[in-house]
Amino acid sequence: MLITTENVSVSYNGRTVLRDATIDAKPGSILGLVGPSGCGKSSFLAALNRLTEIIPGASVSGRIRFDGRDLSTVFPSSVDLRRHVGMIFQKPNPFAMSIRRNIELPLREHGIRDSRQLREITESVLRDVGLWDEVSDRLEQSALELSGGQQQRLCIARALALKPQVLLMDEPCSSLDPLSAERVEQLIDSMRGQYTILIVTHNLAQARRLSDQIAIFWIQDGVGRIVEQGDTEEVFNNSANPIVSSYLSGRQG
Amino acid sequence: MRSDRTLTIVTRTLAVISAAIVVLVVGFLLRESTPALRQIGVSRFFTDASWHPRSGEFNLTPMIVATLVTSLGAIVVAAPMGIASAVFVNFYASRRLAAWHRTLIELLAGIPSVVFGLWGLVVLAPIVATFGGSGQNLFTATIVLGLMVLPTVALLSDAAIAALPREWIQGAAALGIGRSAIVGWIVLPGARRGIGSGIVLALTRALGETMAVLMLAGNIVEMPSSLLSPGRTLNANIALELGYASVGHRSVLFVSGLMLMLVVSAIIFLVSRQRGTRRDR
Amino acid sequence: MIDNGTVATAQHDRREFCVTVAVWCAAMSVIGVLIWILVDIAIGGLAEIDPGFLVEDVQNAGREGGIGPIILSTGLILVVCLTVSIPLSFGTAIALTERVGAETWFARNVRRSLDVLAGVPSIVFGLFGNAFFAMTLGLGYSILSGGLTLACMVLPILIRTSEQAIRAVPAEYRYAAAALGMKRTTIIFRVVIPVAMPTLAAGVVLSVGRALAETAALIFTSGYVARTPGSLLDSGRSLSVHIYDLAMNVPGGGSRAYATACVLVAILLGINMATSLLLRMTGLRHRSETGAAC
Repeated sequence: MLITTENVSVSYNGRTVLRDATIDAKPGSILGLVGPSGCGKSSFLAALNRLTEIIPGASVSGRIRFDGRDLSTVFPSSVDLRRHVGMIFQKPNPFAMSIRRNIELPLREHGIRDSRQLREITESVLRDVGLWDEVSDRLEQSALELSGGQQQRLCIARALALKPQVLLMDEPCSSLDPLSAERVEQLIDSMRGQYTILIVTHNLAQARRLSDQIAIFWIQDGVGRIVEQGDTEEVFNNSANPIVSSYLSGRQG
Repeated sequence: MRSDRTLTIVTRTLAVISAAIVVLVVGFLLRESTPALRQIGVSRFFTDASWHPRSGEFNLTPMIVATLVTSLGAIVVAAPMGIASAVFVNFYASRRLAAWHRTLIELLAGIPSVVFGLWGLVVLAPIVATFGGSGQNLFTATIVLGLMVLPTVALLSDAAIAALPREWIQGAAALGIGRSAIVGWIVLPGARRGIGSGIVLALTRALGETMAVLMLAGNIVEMPSSLLSPGRTLNANIALELGYASVGHRSVLFVSGLMLMLVVSAIIFLVSRQRGTRRDR
Repeated sequence: MIDNGTVATAQHDRREFCVTVAVWCAAMSVIGVLIWILVDIAIGGLAEIDPGFLVEDVQNAGREGGIGPIILSTGLILVVCLTVSIPLSFGTAIALTERVGAETWFARNVRRSLDVLAGVPSIVFGLFGNAFFAMTLGLGYSILSGGLTLACMVLPILIRTSEQAIRAVPAEYRYAAAALGMKRTTIIFRVVIPVAMPTLAAGVVLSVGRALAETAALIFTSGYVARTPGSLLDSGRSLSVHIYDLAMNVPGGGSRAYATACVLVAILLGINMATSLLLRMTGLRHRSETGAAC
């Protein structure tokens, strides 16, 4: 799905944290969102799946379009929107339930009740994230007993079970150990083409490895803005913006 | 450092005195109960024909039943409403409305039981009376008792729910799970310890309540046959009869007080044990 | 899949609607009942109150006249209660917060016995007060008996709030003072307690509220007498006992009971406001000391 935003601004209790974010995410591509802390990257993601609705004091302005049509026309209901736009958080947040129920609960909520179907989908997504061999014999155990990396992959599996078209990832690897981070990164790489992925990351090397396009966030005049956008290699090698080139080469930020 | 030694000695002594009060209370209760326990014996409290102290009949059973019915009934009223109130304040109300609601619940918690009894007597009892009887019965007492302990459930559940990690709720919302499902499957199970202790605390408060029940339950000592029967709880009984009781009678009243205290203390002790082990982990 | 989606959404919406309605109904009925009670007391009571009500003597078993002596007795009982419970509880709180953080055997058991004390039913306190203060100590039905019994009742709350107030003082204050070579006594009295003062005061005010609401414990310790007490050894009636008597024992006393209830609830509302004001003061104080809001 093609996502475009036009001048999206996010503010909390009157204080603007992101202004005029305009991006283009091509279907099946991975768009990296990079920039120093506090530039509004996470707020931008939250605006895309309307999670801002449950954050007290948050307000969003600007246009968001999916495949050319306005978001509120395509998905008037936030519940429906979030089925098609999944989100992975920085800190893995599985529910305090069994592994199986973590995946089945959202499925049931979205209308899939047949137990055979549920089991099939559970096995399928756990295989996709590479967890099936590790947990197939303990699906009834609490998800909280898994390691951090396993928990994060479970969260990804949980989101994939709803067959979304877009995945929003907020620094999915930053709280994982290097080995788990690498596995999750490989997983994300393998999802290219099937989903449109927007990934926020602090790790410039990771951004360069994973993303097809990249958007650079920076703080200007006290609010976050997008200062450059384009194909990843182009931006890394030939950016005309001095801030961007020095950030990307590690000299600043 | 001599003044520090003095401070330590003085404060520790004061702490010991504070801790000793409970022992003193139990001690005096036992002392005053012993005559009855020795001369009348525990079994008679359950097997005597009725409660007629002046004729030497000391059956406590109808009053024990009345106490249990009103206290447990109060929980039946207070628990759903208190939990709903806590859910409301955390997930359904706007911030201002939630603040008002919390303030009002705290106010409700501060209203003295005699005022509840007075209101119940003048306003609620006549309404209940339309269903038969004088309106002064276990039903009216139970409703008012429920209202009195509701804030306890509400405030403790509120605290437990507010303490849940926000990531759980955001994660569930991001999966498109609806608000009522988040509350039912994630919030309530997650907060069940806090909600549970709120309910247990409310039960101990209900068991300890005297005045409102005294004013509303009607004061006939007999086994309640229906919710609309009048009854008398153990506490109300003590309040009504201590003033003019003869020595033997007085001693039985102390026994009933001791019984109440032991039950309430046992509940509290068990709960604090459980909470203690949780903290150690 | 599309069909599943539509059915799910309809079911979904229906369930959301039902739950939302149920929760709102429950919350509104709780608020409704509270407002009903307060309005009822206000209407019933204010009609009877005139300026003289608060100072005049009780006449005709309370059906007429004012509640002057009752207010005096209530005040005296509170004074006795606080005079005994405040030093006792502050001292105990200091003893319990000796070690910052660690839980000694001593502290744990003192706390446990206080927890049990906190759960004792009020009528049982009445029995105890009657047996110990009135009979054994020979104080009889008096303000002294009532005040001492109430002191036992409010002790657990007062100790708990004082302890919390002391613990809320940042440990850095203590470390800084100790690093300057100050004795523990000085640290507590000159550094910790002044900072904790608003919360400590809030705890005291909270206990006063609890004591004012007490009835069952007072009936058998301070008694029923509605005359102006001559000394602390005289019997005296508190506001709550007066309400009880008028409601249950005096035919036609209902309207005066409402008036007294109105006065009592008004005092308690004032106490509630004082408590939140005091607690808010603590917040302000912290903010000005740490600079910007955290």
